[in-house]
Amino acid sequence: MSTLEIRNLHVTVETPEGTKEILKGVDLTINSGETHAIMGPNGSGKSTLAYSIAGHPKYEITEGSVTLDGEDVLEMSVDERAKAGLFLAMQYPVEVPGVSVSNFLRTAKTAIDGEAPKLRTWVKEVKGAMENLRMDPSFGERGVNEGFSGGEKKRHEILQMELLQPKISILDETDSGLDVDALRIVSEGVNRAKENTGLGVMLITHYTRILRYIKPDFVHVFVNGRVAEQGGPELAERLEAEGYDRYLANA
Amino acid sequence: MTVTDHTQATADTAHSHGVIPDKSRADRVVSFDVDAFPVPTGREENWRFSPVRDLRPLFADEAADGHLEWTTSELPAGVTLAEVPADEARERTVREPGDRASAIAVKHAGGAMALTIAANTVVEEPITIDLNGVGGDVRGHLLVELGQSAEATVVINRTGTARYSELVSIDLKDNAGLNLVLLQQWDEDAIHAGEVLARLGRDARLRGTVVTLGGKVVRLNTSAAFAGEGASVDLFGLYFADSGQHQEHQLFVDHAVPKCTSRVTYKGALAGKTAHSVWIGDVLIRAAAEGTDTYELNRNLVLTDGARADSVPNLEIETGEIEGAGHASATGRFDEEQMFYLRSRGISEEQARKLVVRGFFADLIHEIGVPAVEESLMRQIDLEIAHVEEELEHE
Repeated sequence: MSTLEIRNLHVTVETPEGTKEILKGVDLTINSGETHAIMGPNGSGKSTLAYSIAGHPKYEITEGSVTLDGEDVLEMSVDERAKAGLFLAMQYPVEVPGVSVSNFLRTAKTAIDGEAPKLRTWVKEVKGAMENLRMDPSFGERGVNEGFSGGEKKRHEILQMELLQPKISILDETDSGLDVDALRIVSEGVNRAKENTGLGVMLITHYTRILRYIKPDFVHVFVNGRVAEQGGPELAERLEAEGYDRYLANA
Repeated sequence: MTVTDHTQATADTAHSHGVIPDKSRADRVVSFDVDAFPVPTGREENWRFSPVRDLRPLFADEAADGHLEWTTSELPAGVTLAEVPADEARERTVREPGDRASAIAVKHAGGAMALTIAANTVVEEPITIDLNGVGGDVRGHLLVELGQSAEATVVINRTGTARYSELVSIDLKDNAGLNLVLLQQWDEDAIHAGEVLARLGRDARLRGTVVTLGGKVVRLNTSAAFAGEGASVDLFGLYFADSGQHQEHQLFVDHAVPKCTSRVTYKGALAGKTAHSVWIGDVLIRAAAEGTDTYELNRNLVLTDGARADSVPNLEIETGEIEGAGHASATGRFDEEQMFYLRSRGISEEQARKLVVRGFFADLIHEIGVPAVEESLMRQIDLEIAHVEEELEHE
């Protein structure tokens, strides 16, 4: 049982126009097994929340705390956060030319576990996970994200999540740009991880469609760097019908 | 793909200041006569990026008493390594030297060493020649000659230290195939200026790989000239410059006859405040060279602040009847987003940097085609990266 606790989180970024506050006091608690949908209009700070938790150097935390099972996440380096059990599935994963997917996966697994995985079981595990995500075995020989289609990149992110077995996973708009078949495959992967490892999920999305495939326990509406409203799955249904206009008018 | 037409290229160079421009690469002086080349000042087109002060010992027209220690793998049947007297060595050299250092190397080498592979001899195992410098001034003249339809892999590995200048002449008769690997793994105070001149007969194939990791100054000019139709050259280069190192690679591919193919692929990494690399890639497609297919590429990965990579591709085209001609040159900073991506998967900063740099060089290293050399290079690159980590810690 793990808990990611975000308290009064304030985050700024440097822009050409000066320092800009993006997150203005975010409170959120995610436990193992729970799925929290973070929904909101573009520019509301959803991705900033994701990258701040993962430790991207672009974002500066000016106030507040983030802890995982009581440990101060903000004191950890980027790789220490991953080793502690956090995972970020990125919206735009970058290419790492010349580094094969299989080498990358093995290196990451070794780093997370602190020891190299047993070769035979590992190869089988990777093969099985790739099959589940309908990825061709030749995928392993390609360079990380090199020439991947949008759908391939997202499946590759979920593949990593299933193999690295984090405690809490942040999915940053994993659904955007996917057709419904790819969306279903990716969602199955998330549901598998929830079932197998009791993964806690922060599901950041602009659209409600993915919530048909991944059932949220909680829905948080993000507006202007804060949680404007929260509730259960019924809130998502309301957003589907009404959109974000109601919040924007108040903001 | 960028295509530079000849008139445009000429017009551009005419506007550059402080350097003496060439009209065409074909017009550059070549001569065995040292006096044909004044002592470089650094203002000449082909010396303008070079640290001429460090190279000065190699411009002195006087005898040099040093030597390199030679260790050669056992030579199979059909392969000989022999000393050749100076007059004959000049005659067997495929072209006259193209700069002062090279002309002086020939003049004062006291003859040449000739590695000769008889016609129709196919050598399976790589022939390795280790050249170890024990200090001092050394002049070298080396001939590599493959008879018709001969095939071989030759690995020449330079270690130790010296103030070394050389001319390496590569003569490939019709249909010969050579895989030549030149490794510069000098100690950190070595000074090395070399000229590699290749001439390819009809249907001949040259794969040339240059790897420069060591030395204070390494300046290696490779020229390949096609003398018969249907020949091809693949020139690969890999370099890694640290603080205090100047690594310069100039290339010239001379398409003088029809239907030849050339590919030039050089990649370098730079780390440290005073690391400097230079790549100049000249390709000349003469009027007669119809059906030419050429592409040259240089990529540089700058790992730390202060390092400087100069990259100058030049393409001169005198006929429109070609298959293809292009070049690409890019110098990029180490990508922080790649680092973040890898580290967000638990991979340490040091390991992530290693992955990125290894990945950058991976395709190139696999082109060498000599497994022992490939493995050793990966280890060398890991050591270079470890060195970068130390430099970063001291910042």
